Amino acid sequence: MNAPRPALTRRRRRLYLLGAAAVVLALAATLILNSFKDSLVFFYSPSDIATRADIPRDRLIRIGGLVEKGSIIRAGSEIRFTVTDTAHNLRVVYRGILPDLFREGQGVVAQGSLKAGGGETVFEAREVLAKHDETYMPREVADAIKKSGQWKPDEAGTK
Amino acid sequence: MLNFLANPARFMRIFGPLLPWCWAVAVLAGGAGLVLALFASPADYQQGDSVRIMYIHVPSAWMALGAYTVIAAFSAIALVWKHPLAHVVAEAAAPLGAGFTAICLVTGMLWGKTSWGTWWVWDARLTSVLVLLFLYLGLIALRGAFDDESRGQRAAALLALVGFVNIPIIKFSVEWWATLHQPASVLRAGGPAIHPSMLWPLLLMAVAFMAYFAALLILSVRTEIARRKAEALIVAGRRQS
Repeated sequence: MNAPRPALTRRRRRLYLLGAAAVVLALAATLILNSFKDSLVFFYSPSDIATRADIPRDRLIRIGGLVEKGSIIRAGSEIRFTVTDTAHNLRVVYRGILPDLFREGQGVVAQGSLKAGGGETVFEAREVLAKHDETYMPREVADAIKKSGQWKPDEAGTK
Repeated sequence: MLNFLANPARFMRIFGPLLPWCWAVAVLAGGAGLVLALFASPADYQQGDSVRIMYIHVPSAWMALGAYTVIAAFSAIALVWKHPLAHVVAEAAAPLGAGFTAICLVTGMLWGKTSWGTWWVWDARLTSVLVLLFLYLGLIALRGAFDDESRGQRAAALLALVGFVNIPIIKFSVEWWATLHQPASVLRAGGPAIHPSMLWPLLLMAVAFMAYFAALLILSVRTEIARRKAEALIVAGRRQS
């Protein structure tokens, strides 16, 4: 009569132990990830650069945002453009080969360093990567949406 | 229910007949999906034809997470209810998950080179998926590292449960931190951001990958049960002679 009971309670105990361990583990992971928040970020936005004092100058960092429309100026092998997150802008200088998806209005991530010269902060990029957004559609559909005026370029590539 | 399925013979009597159906779904959905993905679907307005890598990359990424979830669930069952068969299922899923993760990483690198301009970056998404691959390899290695089979199984089951913390990190890494990898296109608030002409081949491929995983899992579990039965027979035979 009493024989199966101990096995049942032992099973129960293992289940509770596992549940408690899972809660502790999830809590620990949340705390650790929260404290590493800044170092887990792959790039800073122009707003971070403009508003935060803790981002180092003359050190290798990454910045990211949208390439502002009409801001690309080519002079020989040098390319200048503005990266924006619609709140703040950051001017970027780069010498080198750009990836295929580098376009006005599209997302971009650049590695390089901030140079404060002549009152304005300029980002000297060593490497430029194109950032793709989560939208996938055929060319004809994209053209049709643009034609109808429903296109929202600000939404593309901001994330 | 769990106790009912814990009997290997009963387990195979229920899941064994599913095997040919899994193969059929994998071949049919995979064939139709590949034709749609490679020929009948349009090129992307930004990426051009390299979008077709996505039809392999995304389903294998889903299966990499799915296989790990299966391992974690069966590891929990094995540790709490002490069903040996649950260990067998978890063990069978590990190399499959490792394979899907490797495919996901390689196809992602190929796509990254053409679209981003780099094979690899250490952003939160790419790094956490690489950690997942090492977790899979660690599970396989840890299980084999003990002379006593049941101790290896228990150690691997514990590692599988601890490592499960990585799964939500992979899924939400693209929302929590600024990453080079784009956020989710299909499972996102506000519906899929993929045009239906591209979403259908993707979903077909996902169904095919899932059926392929199920088929290999059932096959692998059946093989392991047969191996154990053969071993027990050999031991019994030695005792008699």
